[in-house]
Amino acid sequence: MITFDRVSKRYEEGHDALREVSVHINRDELVFLTGHSGAGKSTLLRLIMLMDRPSRGQVTIDGQDLALVRARSIPQHRRNIGVVFQNHQLLFDRTVFDNVALPLIIAGCEHREAGRRVRAALDKVGLLNRERAMPITLSGGEQQRVGIARAVVGKPKILLADEPTGNLDPALSAEIMDLFEEFNQVGVTVLIASHDLVLISRLHHRIITLREGSLVSGSVS
Amino acid sequence: MINRRETARHKEGASLSRTGLRDRYFAWVQHHRLSAADSLARLLEHPGSSILTWLVIGIALALPVCLSVALDNVAKVSARWDSPAQISLFLQDEVAVDRARQLEVELGVRKDVSETRFISREQALDEFRTLSGFADVLASLKENPLPDLILVTPVATLDGPAVSALRTELQGNSDVAEAVLDMEWLERLNSLMELGRRLVLAVGGMLVIGVLLILGNTIRLAIESRRDEIVIVKLVGGSNSFVRRPFLYTGLWYGVGGGVLAAVVVTSALWFLEEPIGELATLYESAFHLSGLGVMGALNLVILGGILGLAGAWLAVSRHLVYIEPR
Repeated sequence: MITFDRVSKRYEEGHDALREVSVHINRDELVFLTGHSGAGKSTLLRLIMLMDRPSRGQVTIDGQDLALVRARSIPQHRRNIGVVFQNHQLLFDRTVFDNVALPLIIAGCEHREAGRRVRAALDKVGLLNRERAMPITLSGGEQQRVGIARAVVGKPKILLADEPTGNLDPALSAEIMDLFEEFNQVGVTVLIASHDLVLISRLHHRIITLREGSLVSGSVS
Repeated sequence: MINRRETARHKEGASLSRTGLRDRYFAWVQHHRLSAADSLARLLEHPGSSILTWLVIGIALALPVCLSVALDNVAKVSARWDSPAQISLFLQDEVAVDRARQLEVELGVRKDVSETRFISREQALDEFRTLSGFADVLASLKENPLPDLILVTPVATLDGPAVSALRTELQGNSDVAEAVLDMEWLERLNSLMELGRRLVLAVGGMLVIGVLLILGNTIRLAIESRRDEIVIVKLVGGSNSFVRRPFLYTGLWYGVGGGVLAAVVVTSALWFLEEPIGELATLYESAFHLSGLGVMGALNLVILGGILGLAGAWLAVSRHLVYIEPR
């Protein structure tokens, strides 16, 4: 589903964020991506999202060589990928419902259908009763669950998460990870960047480890 | 028959691509409606600053429009004295009144003359006395200094050179002391009006550029204040046109509001001037009254405002939106 073939990323200031990384993630797999900060986890996710282009090598998503995706097709590419951020990236002047509905409005989903899917997603993350609330009134864990609902509402094939439990206590973190596992079980390919080794080593999924931009372990399942 | 065709179409419509296209169209329309309503709501959320922007645009648009309305009115006045200008024939002192009357009739039957009017020296003096306010001075004069006068109006189809030729011909008449063609002031007025028109264009052009820059800057600020939102929308797959849309509507609302205010400003300025101008017209025994913008004029102003708003927003959006990318 996601293939990196000898991918390197060097930023303009000369810093090598990724060096010759080759990794393959299968359809329906849940994979953790770990390493110290600056090891290249975020860069790897950014390349999948086409927020950056690799300096060398090839990234393939669902059979599509990303080098061939032109700038104007990037939005379409991003609609097929759900993303969860450490800092949630919610719109604080919109309700929970509107936040979750955003990807559907962008994709041009029909109004009633959108409402149905937003409620289904909110139900899934246990926030159905908060749909009219403003995000600021929610706790950190709830905000993160709104972020997850927004990521999955468009039924993407791939779900990326960048430090989704970064600001949460262990109990909440475990709940969030449970959610990701549930999505994985219904056929979503999940890639989670996290440095919470204690938490992720308990979950028995493949762990890809990066160190200073190079792959240390976990290249194949 | 129609029903069957309808059913067939419904069946086809169930196929994915067609429903998809239809849904996408409805979604597109829906997002336009949403963006339009949302942009307007945002403007009304901060009525103070919005009204200021509307006023700036309104006044900037009203100024050249006021000038142009004034010019139109002057043109309307001057049109009455256009090319078939009058030729004033001042008669020799020794010409008797009977001979003058005869001349009036002779000239009146010419093909190139539409109208003649004889004004005797006594009539002229009376008129001058009542109108000029020099009654006392005139009363002290021993004899009437004014000559007899025949006003000759050429037919409307005669152009400038032909009227000039007519004047030269009439000047040759032995009873005529002097034939004067009152064209010079009209030419001066016309060239002044041409100057005025250019001035309106120049001022209007500058103010239009000013309005564009003001709108561009306002929209730029709106973009800056929603930078985080733009980043998030782009992250979850919003295209540039999706992100652009609300800002274009913001520009449109600013422009339309400005246009409405401009129409209000122009109309109230005219209303303010109407009474004194009416009095002035009465003094000059004229039926002239000020013509305003009219419904079409006001509508055009609002449309112009809307176009300027869109253009200004487009300017800002195309410059600033591209640089806001998820980092």
